[in-house]
Amino acid sequence: MLRFIVRRLIQVVPTLLLLSLLLFAWLRSLPGGPAAALLGDKATPEKIAQLNTVLGLDQPVPVQYVRFLGRAVTGDFGNSLITGEPVTTEIARALPATIELSIAALLLAVLLGIPLGYVAARYRGRPLDTTTVIATLVGVAVPVFFLGYLLKQFFAVDLGWFPPSGRQAVGIDATHVTGFAVLDGLLTREFDASWDALVHLVLPAIALATIPLAVIVRITRASVLDVMGSDFVRTANSKGLAPRIVRERHVLRNALLPVSTTIGLQTGLLLAGAVLTEKVFVWGGLGTLLAQAIERRDYPRLQAVVLLGALVYVIVNLLVDLSYAIIDPRVRVR
Amino acid sequence: MTALLEVEDLRVAFTRRGEPDTVAVDGVSFDVKPGEIVGLVGESGCGKSVTSLAVMRLLPERGNRVTGSIRMDGEDLLALSDSAMRERRGRDLSMIFQDPLSSLNPVIPVGLQVTEVLTRHRGMKKHAARREAAELLDRVGIPDPTRRLDSYPHQMSGGMRQRALIAIALACTPRLLIADEPTTALDVTIQAQILDLLEQLVAETGTALVMITHDLGVVAGLCDRVNVLYAGRIVERADRHELFRAPRHPYTHGLLGSIPRLDGPPGEELAAIRGSVNDNLPWAAPEGGACAFTPRCPRALDVCGEVTPLAERAGTRLLRCHNPVPVAEGAA
Repeated sequence: MLRFIVRRLIQVVPTLLLLSLLLFAWLRSLPGGPAAALLGDKATPEKIAQLNTVLGLDQPVPVQYVRFLGRAVTGDFGNSLITGEPVTTEIARALPATIELSIAALLLAVLLGIPLGYVAARYRGRPLDTTTVIATLVGVAVPVFFLGYLLKQFFAVDLGWFPPSGRQAVGIDATHVTGFAVLDGLLTREFDASWDALVHLVLPAIALATIPLAVIVRITRASVLDVMGSDFVRTANSKGLAPRIVRERHVLRNALLPVSTTIGLQTGLLLAGAVLTEKVFVWGGLGTLLAQAIERRDYPRLQAVVLLGALVYVIVNLLVDLSYAIIDPRVRVR
Repeated sequence: MTALLEVEDLRVAFTRRGEPDTVAVDGVSFDVKPGEIVGLVGESGCGKSVTSLAVMRLLPERGNRVTGSIRMDGEDLLALSDSAMRERRGRDLSMIFQDPLSSLNPVIPVGLQVTEVLTRHRGMKKHAARREAAELLDRVGIPDPTRRLDSYPHQMSGGMRQRALIAIALACTPRLLIADEPTTALDVTIQAQILDLLEQLVAETGTALVMITHDLGVVAGLCDRVNVLYAGRIVERADRHELFRAPRHPYTHGLLGSIPRLDGPPGEELAAIRGSVNDNLPWAAPEGGACAFTPRCPRALDVCGEVTPLAERAGTRLLRCHNPVPVAEGAA
């Protein structure tokens, strides 16, 4: 098992290298550049050239890449062209917000999605199932930012049930320990701060969870239907077992295999959704950093955030593979 | 001796909204006496598996209509509530399936798949059930049974998996065991071992066995009585020796003629039944009825396509044919 993990972690290195190369090439081939974006209206060819020299962007791309790599291995991803701060500092500050939002969304999607998918499969063809199938179709089809604005308008502005934006109410004097607002409140026993953070989380988490939720429901439903028709479930029924045991021991465990793969893939996609959700709810996490960086061609920040996203993706899918080994003994042997 | 299982006028139709029903089993009647081995023989699509699943009440909950009666000890299984049926399944009657790999749950150890029947029907606690499960595996000839309890299906050979399934089916010494093509997925040497094991176990326990197969060789070696099915109907029934000595229905006759014989002349050409059962499936009898075998029958008369032949009984034999093979010719 340990060898498996180590081997997979070693595989991460070439993956990230290749990705950084592609990213580097792609960024440099975009029209415009950080200099033009920074200078705005005042940009003249001379000034742009001058700034490019200062930023090292006048060098050939391969030279820039090698320099980038050389610094990156020491953990230095350069300074943001927008704020001048080291991008690692920026990321460290924004990361907890995004992780908190992603975990909330993922919990929502998994804890609702698996039971819903199961129930839909069990009552296949009946109104409950049809409703679920249609709802998930809508869930996948509605753009995240549109849904976000809709939720915000209805539940925050019209009904006033939830705050419309931000992570914490202005008046709350919360102590920051880890940067995870809900956790900090619990750690410092400032439960009102925890509650406040939780209330702020609800709408963005729903907006971000919609697509993964819909996908998980669908995959669970399909997978449960598939397993319910399988020979070993028929065997289980031929033993006269109680329906609950057939369901939990024989159907669900087998049906969860494809679902866990889906959860992994969806987790990887959360960052993309976070960009839009954070924008709508003024969340101030990685998504916000990324959106800004794209607008302003902030190469160092873009490179760091995208590579971090890739790293998270790879690690999450490693965890999924490990969970496979727990659920499925056939994988364990290898 | 009174029958243990009596199936009477069983009809299974698969229904689909907006489409005519597909009749898979059409008025099948047969019985099984305690300790007896009865064969249900026929090619794919003749309704033999559907019949067995109907007896177990394991057909899908929706999309089919089952009529007739299936009595076990005089009690109509079709009239039982779901939970009363679950009470009997695995305890009074059980089943072995065709493909031992897909019939075992891949993600839980074989031991648990045996013990769950014991805890369900024999009220055993965990440790007692485990001991009993090891004994069961030992009885079906699985070496090192205690260690095997923790194996997963993929770690066992095909023959061993089928042995495990037999252990599961016999765990509560049911009075009726239905084996649906239990050797089809196994290679020939293992087939013989499994058949021997089944025969020995049902003899030991007094369990009656319904053997479902397309393989007349299996029937010849094992069954006391044989029912030959064609397109959802029993076309001929006879004691094993009777059937092999003098097959009367042209279909049975054709089946036996297509088996190579060790004592036949060398280079003898095997007879084939022309066409396939799928040529006219799903079988829908024309108005007034007909014999479903007519299009493939070498002895078909005009009447065969117009009137459904009735089941005629003579002693232990049942025959459904307008123009049966004469006894002398059948004995050839």
